Amino acid sequence: MSVQPSEALVTAPLSAPGTFSRAFRRLRGDPLGMLGLILVLLMVFCAIAGPSIAPFDPFKIRVTERFTPPSLPHVFGTDNIGRDVFSRVLVGSRIALTVGGLSIAISLVIGLVLGLCAGYGPRWLDNFLLLVFDSVYSFPTVILGLTVMTLLGPSMTNLILVVVVVQTPAYARLIRTATLSIKGSEYILAIRSLGASPARVLFVHILPNIIGPLFIIASMDIPAVITLEAGLTYLGMGIPPPAPSWGRILLDGFDNIRDAPWIVVAGGIPLIVTTLGFTFFGESLRDLMDPRLRRNL
Amino acid sequence: MAMPAEERSAKSDSVLEVRGLSIEFRTPTGSVHALRHIDFDIPRGSVVGLVGESGSGKSTLALAIMGLMPGNAVLRDGSIRFGDIDLRSLRPAALRALRGDRISMVFQDPMTSLNPVRSIGDQMTDIQYRNGTSMPDKRRKAADMLRKVGIPDPERQLDRYPHEFSGGMRQRIVIAMGILEQPELLIADEPTTALDVTMEAQIVQLLRQLRGEVNTSILFISHNLGLIAELCDFVVVLYAGEVVEQGSVRDIFHRPKHPYTQALLECDPVRIEEVRRELPTIPGDVPNLLKAPAGCVFAPRCPKMFDPCAIQHPADYETSPGHVARCHLLGALPS
Repeated sequence: MSVQPSEALVTAPLSAPGTFSRAFRRLRGDPLGMLGLILVLLMVFCAIAGPSIAPFDPFKIRVTERFTPPSLPHVFGTDNIGRDVFSRVLVGSRIALTVGGLSIAISLVIGLVLGLCAGYGPRWLDNFLLLVFDSVYSFPTVILGLTVMTLLGPSMTNLILVVVVVQTPAYARLIRTATLSIKGSEYILAIRSLGASPARVLFVHILPNIIGPLFIIASMDIPAVITLEAGLTYLGMGIPPPAPSWGRILLDGFDNIRDAPWIVVAGGIPLIVTTLGFTFFGESLRDLMDPRLRRNL
Repeated sequence: MAMPAEERSAKSDSVLEVRGLSIEFRTPTGSVHALRHIDFDIPRGSVVGLVGESGSGKSTLALAIMGLMPGNAVLRDGSIRFGDIDLRSLRPAALRALRGDRISMVFQDPMTSLNPVRSIGDQMTDIQYRNGTSMPDKRRKAADMLRKVGIPDPERQLDRYPHEFSGGMRQRIVIAMGILEQPELLIADEPTTALDVTMEAQIVQLLRQLRGEVNTSILFISHNLGLIAELCDFVVVLYAGEVVEQGSVRDIFHRPKHPYTQALLECDPVRIEEVRRELPTIPGDVPNLLKAPAGCVFAPRCPKMFDPCAIQHPADYETSPGHVARCHLLGALPS
């Protein structure tokens, strides 16, 4: 069989057997994707094991050792109150990934339910939900973040709340469109002609068809959220001190950029690495899963 | 002599009775009268063929029976009775309970009518959600049905995915899913159009064999007259949303009364004896159903058209028991 219209219709059926092992085998032939995977795994490892492998206590103040340049015990040097910057970066990865992963996961789940309802439900519900999505989507993210944090006070929960509010409509819209395109396909009609209930059609038949590409998009959104978290913290409206958020490290660094330029570099490197890692990995995952973008099998 | 539909229906036990069914599609330019006053029966245990050219309303009729019409379709008038159930008055949940259990449907293109991300076994056990039997029992039943439709080594095939099967195999699987619960009525909407001629013959052979084994009545939709002649007991000829002629296979193929049926039979490539460069066609176009014509729907293309055809809508004339045609010519003949 050379032509398969059904495969052209759905881009990446994730649950097909062997998809993961096949994808991994193809990923090995893609150096950028492999690099992305390694960077992502490194970040996850740091987030999980960070506090236990950090060489120093990230909160311990040693005023006598302030502004130590990068050297052997302090790989990234120390900051203005003598805290070890490398340890702070390591421990900060947990905050970054928690905010990124948790808020994307929550908005994905809410977006999924709303998007499926909008795409499959009656016309009035679709119109109403679209209106809500578009209204929320039209807020500028950073301004919304600053406003909410000012009103509710800076905390991780409020930060996640902001990201969920901003991201959910984006996912819901994507899922709505995907649902609409699958809803009209013949196999959904065929399944309905065999007596499947709407819930069954949605969660057993439509969901597996659209979830694959969505995971990839979501994984590529994680660095954007991490950057937003760092940005808000940098503006003083994110994670409150003394938590070692990367944005906080950047802020401390800019205050002392003349005395200790390494702090800014140390705060910036993990942001760049995470962004590159997730972007490379997501891009190559998308290329590998999408039969239309797949160059060689 | 015209005979009211009600009298005809009382004669035999029917799985399906469609009476005066009219369906419109709402479009931005106005209502399209896709089906108008459709009357026909499917006697229990028989195969009824539904013939007509593209756009004549064949699939609309099938979906109306299933209760799966698209959102812009309106059931304007008429009734659809399934046994002693009025399908039109049924609530959605009750209708859903019938689908897949007592009525089911096989679609045109087997390449697109199976969910690509679920295994055959999953899809076949899904249908049995009403049974309350255990998973191994459901799988056994699914495997038995696959064996019945001629799929070798069915237990192993249950774990495979649709893309691992050829078109003919997929259509067999789709048919197996359709008859899994031994429905009283199976609607087959051009089940062989997407397949090649060899597969087509095999699928028709399969349907004929299953009909004997499962005792399912079949509504077989096709534009292939050869298949209809081979498989069906009765034929309903649909033209531009109207039933222009219906009767037994023998009546329709040997004594067609309506000029459209006659023209259709003359155009069948199998019947052509003389080799020509061009295939015979019926000249003209199907009328625009935004505004149904006042007279006979076929009049603009009819070679035998005469005065009343353009003005007056012809009545149904029963020329022999069960053989009905809608044409003024039959009324003009001395009876």
